[in-house]
Amino acid sequence: MQFMLLFSRQGKLRLQKWYVPLSDTQKKKISREVIQMVLARKPKMCSFLEWRDMKIVYKRYASLYFCCAVEDQENELITLEIIHRYVELLDKYFGSVCELDIIFNFEKAYYILDEFILGGEAQETSKKNVLKAIEQADMLQEEAEAPRSVLEEIGLT
Amino acid sequence: MPAVSKGDGMRGLAVFISDIRNCKSKEAEIKRINKELANIRSKFKGDKALDGYSKKKYVCKLLFIFLLGHDIDFGHMEAVNLLSSNKYTEKQIGYLFISVLVNSNSELIRLINNAIKNDLSSRNPTFMCLALHCIANVGSREMAEAFAGEIPRILVAGDTMDSVKQSAALCLLRLYKTSPDLVLMGEWTSRVVHLLNDQHMGVVTAAISLITCLSQKNPDEFKTCVSLAVSRLSRIVSSASTDLQDYTYYFVPAPWLSCKLLRLLQCYPPPEDGAVKGRLVECLETILNKAQEPPKSKKVQHSNAKNAILFEAISLIIHYDSEPNLLVRACNQLGQFLQHRETNLRYLALESMCTLASSEFSHEAVKTHIETVINALKTERDVSVRQRAADLLYAMCDRSNAKQIVAEMLSYLETADYSIREEMVLKVAILAEKYAVDYSWYVDTILNLIRIAGDYVSEEVWYRVIQIVINRDDVQGYAAKTVFEALQAPACHENMVKVGGYILGEFGNLIAGDPRSSPLVQFNLLHSKFHLCSVPTRALLLSAYIKFINLFPETKSTIQEVLRSDSQIRNSDVELQQRAVEYLKLSSIASTDVLATVLEEMPPFPERESSILAKLKKKKGPGAVSVNELEEGKREGGELNGGGERGGDSSAISTPSPSADLLGLRAGPPVTAAAPSAGSLLVDVFSEAGSGSLASYFQFVCKNNGVLFENQLLQIGIKSEYRQNLGRMYLFYGNKTSVQFVTFTTTLNVQAKPVEPLIEGGAQVQQVINIECLTDFSDAPLLNIKFRYGGALQNLTLKLPVTINKFFQPTEMASHDFFQRWKQLSLPQQEAQKIFKANHAMDTEVLKAKLLGLGMALLENVDPNPENFVCAGVIQTKAQQVGSLLRLEPNAQAQMYRLTVRSSKDTVSKRLCELLAEQF
Repeated sequence: MQFMLLFSRQGKLRLQKWYVPLSDTQKKKISREVIQMVLARKPKMCSFLEWRDMKIVYKRYASLYFCCAVEDQENELITLEIIHRYVELLDKYFGSVCELDIIFNFEKAYYILDEFILGGEAQETSKKNVLKAIEQADMLQEEAEAPRSVLEEIGLT
Repeated sequence: MPAVSKGDGMRGLAVFISDIRNCKSKEAEIKRINKELANIRSKFKGDKALDGYSKKKYVCKLLFIFLLGHDIDFGHMEAVNLLSSNKYTEKQIGYLFISVLVNSNSELIRLINNAIKNDLSSRNPTFMCLALHCIANVGSREMAEAFAGEIPRILVAGDTMDSVKQSAALCLLRLYKTSPDLVLMGEWTSRVVHLLNDQHMGVVTAAISLITCLSQKNPDEFKTCVSLAVSRLSRIVSSASTDLQDYTYYFVPAPWLSCKLLRLLQCYPPPEDGAVKGRLVECLETILNKAQEPPKSKKVQHSNAKNAILFEAISLIIHYDSEPNLLVRACNQLGQFLQHRETNLRYLALESMCTLASSEFSHEAVKTHIETVINALKTERDVSVRQRAADLLYAMCDRSNAKQIVAEMLSYLETADYSIREEMVLKVAILAEKYAVDYSWYVDTILNLIRIAGDYVSEEVWYRVIQIVINRDDVQGYAAKTVFEALQAPACHENMVKVGGYILGEFGNLIAGDPRSSPLVQFNLLHSKFHLCSVPTRALLLSAYIKFINLFPETKSTIQEVLRSDSQIRNSDVELQQRAVEYLKLSSIASTDVLATVLEEMPPFPERESSILAKLKKKKGPGAVSVNELEEGKREGGELNGGGERGGDSSAISTPSPSADLLGLRAGPPVTAAAPSAGSLLVDVFSEAGSGSLASYFQFVCKNNGVLFENQLLQIGIKSEYRQNLGRMYLFYGNKTSVQFVTFTTTLNVQAKPVEPLIEGGAQVQQVINIECLTDFSDAPLLNIKFRYGGALQNLTLKLPVTINKFFQPTEMASHDFFQRWKQLSLPQQEAQKIFKANHAMDTEVLKAKLLGLGMALLENVDPNPENFVCAGVIQTKAQQVGSLLRLEPNAQAQMYRLTVRSSKDTVSKRLCELLAEQF
């Protein structure tokens, strides 16, 4: 996989993950182009697009588009299910996930993705195992967190 | 599940995100962000040491701002600090920031690598995974240098936790993709291959991606993976849907792993071992059988996962291309999908069938679906599916069905989407030519093509029809008749006029017997289109007219009158005017014999590969063609047919040998001609770099433009301009091969704008360097160039030809002034002198040119001896101006020179003397 983008129906990028080295300007250009292309598609159209020397595989879940760019030889259907598995993971973790969860907890969305896909390839396809890894991290986190005053939390001190 | 609000919330971050979301306008958002950035900046700069939590919070805010699309230019150091925190969440945010926003600042990379090293050796699996994720996300060369040796060890060590192994495998894959030369599997190869046997399915899933990539590059070393992959696959395929527990996805056992196993096998030919092969064929049959079973679930995920495996299995069957039975079964299965209600499946079936059509075993089976595919072309609502249908029709076309397919494609063209018209036109043109049994059908098809989609008919297509008509005398009369009829349409495409002008000019006589197409009728028909056409077409028509005069003397007076009219003979376009004048003159003074010789029928064209086919190949590209290359291809195509506009004209007068480039028949662009193999070149690059660069450095003392360096791979050209103490240098890096250079970087020991990291085969990129001369200098800036060509790293260091004399301002002065100043510069250290042998012929004009190139004023009539040269100039540096005077005394008899330089600064005199001594 070359990159994964999550964006809203309005074209707002919610998550971007790049597995090939590109400059920031290239990334911006590509995102803009891909988002535009995918948003222009009609509902019943197929989920695959040829784009440059890659394939774009996308699927819409509620207000969010999940979109992967894979190499020309890559299996489209299994990529579609990569997307679905990621959605399942988010859903299970956040408890029926919505766009707002991903906006406010973007770092979590990235952590989950890293446990699932690394370097553009599936690292762990078992839902249980991925969530276990994230849970363990959360446990470490809770042990480390000391309670803080409300004022400090909102940045007033 | 842990609720997200619990424990780890960063309220400040949530508040900030809400604020941003509440912003009514882009301006408000930017204002809010700038306020936050200022706040964070002051916090980071403040005297009070920040605690880990605040640091984490601010780094996270910066990350959020960056992900919104704003630039972040600080905070890297704070993020790096977080890496060494022993609180997990702080470390995690630090790593995330680095992964997303890594900056190749060398100081930071060292610190980051240090933190990673600590985490890797921590033996805490969670920390190790974080570190490995970071390496895999960044994947930079520096990281490869630091960790490529360590990670294979982690991957195969017996005591490594499974989750760490998974991360290590994919981390290594990423490093291998960026720096294959640094990832040496050697001793680990067999242990890595045996990960396919690991009992943890997650480890196998991660490892197989690594193994597949390594196998593609070194198939021999990894070939033991074939039998392991087959047995693993066989175990999965024969397992019940519940056997694999959580690795079963919607009742499909391990779909990801199955697909990857099938993909790995596609790196190899069919297994030689009969038992292994038997087992594999059994697996493939089982997969095909399962496709016929009723679904275990109605969910689309179930069918997608199942079909993903099926398509991958079919890819493998096609790859082997040796099992007729499996190929035909695959084809039948795809045939069912062609009418499936899921658009995705129809799309994939069309795509996959395209490759089946090229196998001799399944070509006939594919052909049986022709009606379905034609129907898809007509009725599919999604253009990308229609495109696949058109591709498949093209692939399944042969002599038996060509007429039907071409007719269907032509009728589809009338309504086809603009995005695919040009390609469709090329395909129709190729099929028509390839399967033409009688050429009248071919001519009909192409003229129809021009009629229906004239705008999309590229020059190659109409050149080609003319080429074929000229080469086949059995079709010439028919072509003339058909094109004559086509031209009678009230509105016809300009391309039709071009073909008509050419063909009637050559073969109009073949239909002139019919009073309905008598010479004059033909001429009037052509001329009625004249005023609607562009200049190149008009030029072509003028040539057709002079040919008419030769073919039909009775049209002479009519045509001469046309040529003589003001709109021709006084046309503002010089080409048209010239043709009108020349043709008019030719027709009035040349005898019939001369006219007949000059305007003789075009000789046949040499038979070569169709230029249209070449164009389609270029359009589609063999596999991985990037957009750049495509654009490059188009540009080259344009140049290739550079003779195009004139090529279409047949005049033997204003274009001496039009046949040479008429149909764009010249061989492919020269860049593809010699692409030497990567391996053998390495040595040459280094040996040349050493000796070659010094010589060319001195070549640039007296000139500003030229080739600085060249070997088989790369050419570096320079253009530079200087004014006072400023200069600008353009470096052009040309890739002489047909293969991309990747990760192309240049470093200069002074600052330069970065260069494009990728140079396509045959392409050139440009880098601009701005130069300011601060004070006088003698060392040249060094330019280091690194890039990868075919996987091997090339490294090159060149001296940039920036020499002190570039900053000369010439100073004109009279003889008297010169000698007065010369005397003023009388301190012994202000003078430098050299006596040396001439390296080149002592030609006065060459010497003058070189001295002028030096940048000083060459003063005439100053030296009492006219053989001598004297020059004066002022070197402009930011710190000071250095006046310099020069005297060069050639001694022709001894073939020696004496060079004397005096400047107000001793180092300048010395340097100028050194530089110049090499020049003469």
